[in-house]
Amino acid sequence: MLTNHAKLMQFFSVANEVTGRKKLQKMIYILQKSKLPFEEKFQFHFYGPYSEELTLRVEELCNLHFINEEKEDKSNYHQYRYSITEDGQSFLDQFAMDMPDLGTKVEMLKGKSSRFLELVATMLYFDDLPLEENIQKVHAVKPKQKYTDDEIQEAISFIAAVSKENS
Amino acid sequence: MAYKDEQLVEEKVFKDPVHRYVHVKDRVIWDLIAAPEFQRLRRIKQLGTTNYTFHGAEHSRFNHSLGVYEIVRRIIYNFQGREHWNNDERLLCLCAALLHDLGHGPFSHSFEKVFKLDHEEYTQKIILGETKVHEILEQAEEGFAQKVADVIAKTYQNKLVVSLISSQIDADRMDYLQRDAYFTGVSYGHFDMERILRVMRPIEDQVVIKATGMHAVEDYIMSRYQMYWQVYFHPVTRSAEVILTKILHRAKYLYETKEFEFKLKPTHFISFFTGDVKLDEYLRLDEGIVSYYFQLWQEEDDEILRDLCERFMNRRLFKYVEFNPNLQMAEWMELYRLFSDAGIDPEYYLVVDSSSDLPYDFYRPGEEEERLPIHLLMPNGDLKELSRHSDIVESISGKKRTDHKLYFPKDLLESLPNGKKKARIKEILYGQGELIDANESR
Repeated sequence: MLTNHAKLMQFFSVANEVTGRKKLQKMIYILQKSKLPFEEKFQFHFYGPYSEELTLRVEELCNLHFINEEKEDKSNYHQYRYSITEDGQSFLDQFAMDMPDLGTKVEMLKGKSSRFLELVATMLYFDDLPLEENIQKVHAVKPKQKYTDDEIQEAISFIAAVSKENS
Repeated sequence: MAYKDEQLVEEKVFKDPVHRYVHVKDRVIWDLIAAPEFQRLRRIKQLGTTNYTFHGAEHSRFNHSLGVYEIVRRIIYNFQGREHWNNDERLLCLCAALLHDLGHGPFSHSFEKVFKLDHEEYTQKIILGETKVHEILEQAEEGFAQKVADVIAKTYQNKLVVSLISSQIDADRMDYLQRDAYFTGVSYGHFDMERILRVMRPIEDQVVIKATGMHAVEDYIMSRYQMYWQVYFHPVTRSAEVILTKILHRAKYLYETKEFEFKLKPTHFISFFTGDVKLDEYLRLDEGIVSYYFQLWQEEDDEILRDLCERFMNRRLFKYVEFNPNLQMAEWMELYRLFSDAGIDPEYYLVVDSSSDLPYDFYRPGEEEERLPIHLLMPNGDLKELSRHSDIVESISGKKRTDHKLYFPKDLLESLPNGKKKARIKEILYGQGELIDANESR
């Protein structure tokens, strides 16, 4: 019961604060792909892997006052900032759950831009393809992002580093 | 003439209660409809357990798939000759529309949850595997099956093509909202689709709506909002789904314990239990097969499996109360213990169900580059996000409604001997307000 909510709470507890819905989506997806037990279902959308289930679950956590959502007005859009509340922390403290340590991975992800995490998430989405085809696919589905070779190399190293943290 | 371009001598039509007629002229489409993998969709209901609440909701994925095809056919007809529209993509769009739900299984939401499956993955496997559908697509053009699979997976290079099948205002949603409203008999779900189709415009990588058509889109968003709460999130439907999910869990558990011997061996389920479902095994399972097992499992020796199947087959559903995990976590833990002590296994008979457990989505503008919103095409050529321009849409897309309910079998509780524990269970469950009888409410 509510185990998937509790896993997200654990993430927010470790992350302390996350800025941007897109960044949040990509962080959870990358954690899921690196074998952490998040169960939200992701599909490919315009901007890479996206989970409606995650969006709704976060909304539920906000409505329960477990997570605080701050809305910031930008010129053309809003930006959202998430942090865990006291109620959220005490819910988490009551909840018995086996969850591997997220700390190192979350720190690695937090330090990266959402553009970069989008690239990493997209490469991971096509990880069944050989590397060469994977890169071609990224350029094909995201022509507007114009990712440079350096960024792609950095993403490859980043994926290796995040995966290494598993072992 | 190449098979890909071949047209039927006479146009075929399917009578349809929502679109009046579904028109087919392409040989490829006609052959795809006849393929066994597509015909299988006749045996899978579009709305799973919703017919327990709205008895008319017996329509199938087959009906819906034809409907989506028909809407895309009409959109493309309107796009002919417009800038940004490449008519070479026509057959690809039609095939993707027709086949977009091909991987759905029986009660697919529950099956996906319990057995960790993904119907989209099976759509890909059916289109790319050794199937009649694959053979037809490859006969049309070498590599065509992969293109269709890419459009459905939303990874096709031409995003305009993808957005016809899958975006915030796409053919899929426009069909299911109207079709589900028609078959459930509710009065929500109606909007002026003809008007929306007339104001849709292709631009580079997406479909946008001419600003003059905003009110028709408002109606569509409203109908989507109402259908979610009135039909898709209906608590009685969810009660039936909770029981269905628990049957699958119980059968899997019994299979895994090895000591239990089924009177009816779960042959069709074994690969689902072991987590290695081959394509032919997946295609073999439809709702007829599932019902057959549930019918016969009412005679099994396991009390829980027998009881849950009997409930599902005879619509003896769980009751529910509202549940707030923030305020009632301690009470829930106490209930869990009390149920266990009373010999009612809480794993199967005390279930919290949240709105996020359901697969439907709302219109949300979100933030930049999170997901593609609906864009209005302004007279000066600018694009504006819908909720920034429409007060109605803004008011409902900003509205936060989520929902958690606690389901349990009232009849089992009532059958417990009177005493402190029973009194405490009832106090926790009924003390907070009205108990709702899922068997009676509509």
